[in-house]
Amino acid sequence: MTREALTTASATELSSALKTAEISAVELTKACIDAISAHNGSINAVVTLCEESALAEAKAADLQLRDGTAGPLTGIPLLHKDIFCTQNVATTCASKMLANFIPPYDATVVSRLRAAGTVMLGKTNMDEFAMGSSTETSVFGVTRNPWDLNCVPGGSSGGAAAAVAAGFAPLSTGTDTGGSIRQPASLCGVTGLKPTYGRVSRLGIIAFASSLDQAGPMTRTVEDAALMLQAMSGVDAGDSTSADLDVPDFTAGLNQPIAGLKIGIPKEYFNHNLDQRVAEKIHEALDELVKEGAELIDIDLPHTEQGIATYYIIAPAEASTNLSRYDGVRFGHRCDNPQNLTDLYERSRSEGFGEEVQRRILVGTYALSAGFYDAYFKKAQQVRRLISEDFQKAFERCDVIAGPAAPGTAFPLGAKSDDPLAMYLEDIYTLSVNLAGLPGLSIPAGLIDGMPVGLQLIGRSFDETTLLRVGHRFQLCTNHHRAKPTLAGAKP
Amino acid sequence: MSWEVVMGLEVHLQLATKSKIFSGAANQFGADPNVQACAVDLGMPGMLPVLNSEALRYAVMFGLAIDARLGKRSVFDRKNYFYPDLPKGYQVSQFFEPIVCEGQFDIPMEDGSLFPVRITRAHLEEDAGKSVHDAYTGQTGVDLNRAGTPLLEIVTEPDFRTAAQAVAYLKALHSLAIYLGISDGNMAEGSMRCDINISLRPTGSEAFGTRTEIKNVNSFKFVEKAIAIETERQQDVLESGGTITQETRLYDADKNETRAMRSKEVANDYRYFPEPDLLPIIIDDEYIDAIKGALPELPRIKRSRFMSDYELGQYDAALLVDTPTLANYFEAAAIKSKAPKLTANWILGDLAGALNRENLEIGESPVSAEALAGLIIRIADSTLSSKLAKQVFEGLWQHEGTADAIIETRGLKQVTDTGALEAMVDQVIANHPDQVTQYRAAEESKQKKLVGFFVGQVMKASKGQANPQRLNTLLISKLGES
Repeated sequence: MTREALTTASATELSSALKTAEISAVELTKACIDAISAHNGSINAVVTLCEESALAEAKAADLQLRDGTAGPLTGIPLLHKDIFCTQNVATTCASKMLANFIPPYDATVVSRLRAAGTVMLGKTNMDEFAMGSSTETSVFGVTRNPWDLNCVPGGSSGGAAAAVAAGFAPLSTGTDTGGSIRQPASLCGVTGLKPTYGRVSRLGIIAFASSLDQAGPMTRTVEDAALMLQAMSGVDAGDSTSADLDVPDFTAGLNQPIAGLKIGIPKEYFNHNLDQRVAEKIHEALDELVKEGAELIDIDLPHTEQGIATYYIIAPAEASTNLSRYDGVRFGHRCDNPQNLTDLYERSRSEGFGEEVQRRILVGTYALSAGFYDAYFKKAQQVRRLISEDFQKAFERCDVIAGPAAPGTAFPLGAKSDDPLAMYLEDIYTLSVNLAGLPGLSIPAGLIDGMPVGLQLIGRSFDETTLLRVGHRFQLCTNHHRAKPTLAGAKP
Repeated sequence: MSWEVVMGLEVHLQLATKSKIFSGAANQFGADPNVQACAVDLGMPGMLPVLNSEALRYAVMFGLAIDARLGKRSVFDRKNYFYPDLPKGYQVSQFFEPIVCEGQFDIPMEDGSLFPVRITRAHLEEDAGKSVHDAYTGQTGVDLNRAGTPLLEIVTEPDFRTAAQAVAYLKALHSLAIYLGISDGNMAEGSMRCDINISLRPTGSEAFGTRTEIKNVNSFKFVEKAIAIETERQQDVLESGGTITQETRLYDADKNETRAMRSKEVANDYRYFPEPDLLPIIIDDEYIDAIKGALPELPRIKRSRFMSDYELGQYDAALLVDTPTLANYFEAAAIKSKAPKLTANWILGDLAGALNRENLEIGESPVSAEALAGLIIRIADSTLSSKLAKQVFEGLWQHEGTADAIIETRGLKQVTDTGALEAMVDQVIANHPDQVTQYRAAEESKQKKLVGFFVGQVMKASKGQANPQRLNTLLISKLGES
């Protein structure tokens, strides 16, 4: 394995090399740390680097690899989005509010991936409290897209997507409340999976919108996503909303053919909101799947347009109360010299939260207020049900739904910062999937002017298996996922 | 003008589960501040609630005990407000769909009647922590040990018209909670706290007046006093032409007054919405039936049984079933003595009085049920007069042995032997010829009064041990002979 391959190969490939002792986990970890040292100064994807503990974990992994107790992820380096609580490692949600927060516990996802033998390199940048689609609202500053440093990486898991694309780690965790895994995966040319709501425990993930949040893998291949999802999934007694279902073997059926599979194409995903060049790329990708024997079917998702309004009531409503605990009393930012209780609350929260977070707290508070609850929150809950029913009806006729993950490619830094509504439209093709609780996968589908485009596949509830099978088939017959940014102009 | 008081009550009952309602931290009173609060109770980032199934079971037990309709599907909601002792900035409660819906609770009143109270609902929620205002000068401490303690909030319709009704309801509720074993009932530690919604209206009027809510009253005595003083206050306001402001008030026991809470202490818009971190609770008939089958004998069932088995009145029966310990004490004594009515009188009379004087609970009584039964048996078979019985009871209280042993050692046996009595009567008649003459000359109606003199003389001679009934009969018969 070449030195370059250490930072570009898939986890599956790296795992084989580790098992045959072609490479060591320490060597692999060092290569990742070197890549971070070389390029993070420009990209700013990693906000906390745990060099010492990562090397110690790598050493332990090497022992396991030698004594034959290693699993498929043993020794594979990984980064966690800074929304996952990591014991004794700062967990900030990219907010001044939690700049000094060091959790005394690991999130379930973190402890499960730790138990699987992965090596935690550090934490990745994100939009503050996962509220955003560009990773521009972080207290640590913007993350830049490895394909073009003048562009955003998408968000909110922009650090995670950029890190995988830039060769910092083969695996990273993300969270997706309205598209925060799939949209940055699309913009950075990596594979990102948002599992079915309830598939992965939310315990220890700092909440944004509890009924929508779901953690998932961000990787270089679908096969890696399957491996990582395997380690992350399963019921957790500490999360009442985690599903008490048997977890299938996600890698077992990956190579099965897709002949005869019906793929639904929602016409609402190809309307005026979509960059026509993206539409072409998606159609090219669909042609590949047809060549493999899949059948395309036109379907309707009539409430797609209402999805945005619905989402931007429910998510801020839940967020407004999830973020009430940051009051300056027990942890997090506290203002200097509070004059009284109200002053403590007002200044701690005004100073600790950024503009977008404050905007959503205000919107959510308003939507839940007496006299507005029925008109906004309750109505949104009703529309949410209609959106779910749209998908159910569609899945009576098809096995997966395909479309774009985002309306365009990565946009320049600052282009949408002053226009929240334009920013919110970034998630138009992803957030309905969260409202319906379904699994969604974004995979690279080619480049437009050197910038990646993502194909989104949406599956039935708890049917990640079919999504992964279609995604893997696509990656078997195309090379889009192998395209890598040159990192021209990237500085340490 | 005469006024009618209208009241509804909201009781917060702390459930005696081992751990908290949404976390594994211990649910106990009295630990050092903040040692019984885990990451969930502290509202730490990323922490999630998991419902304690015992808390749910306790709520269902309560619902079954008051014949309420149970919410087969119930949902937790967030009640949002900021306060330092509320770690998450919201309280997890049930607002839209509670676990216990409409029920009825019949309260035995002193006059023997049953007063029906309609229960609107009862729902599960978590308690907040405590703000400690007196520990640090100029600063407020926060103790989160109580945060997450399971509460059942029990809400009634506005059915109360008198403080006596309200207190009787609270006592019955307290008793029921202890029977069910769902609360320790320790009111001094805040296990049962009461909010009183109270308004006045002109007698005969249908429409409700504007109400105030008196928060967090934590003793039966304070409930009574708070109602009295708030009634007086509202009446003064109304009669001087003023209007009542709908507001939350506090009862200050030291000053015996209610006063409005500062508006800043009262959040007006709680922005309730379904708690997304918890799934709806779905309960089925199988679950309910299993709980129903395991319910203990409830106070109302026991009361009816005592009334029919032991021929007790409604109120006596109600008093005796107040706690399981008292009911068991009575039942053991009644079965042994075979004189239940007399046993009830003694327990509610002399025994209760003695226990009260020494501030003891029935479980701590120096006189066991068996010992008391021994005494009752000797009263029932006329060995003891009620006067002598009191002396034996005193002996029992002092642990002098069984009733029979005390009668023996203290020589308290009542003289019922006709021969012995006759000798004493003959002696007294012979010693007082003038009084005998006077008696015999008197009209029949006056004789009843005159016979008392002879009773007194014989009692004196017998040192009080003559059986009064027999003595009376014997005297009348002897004095009648001429």
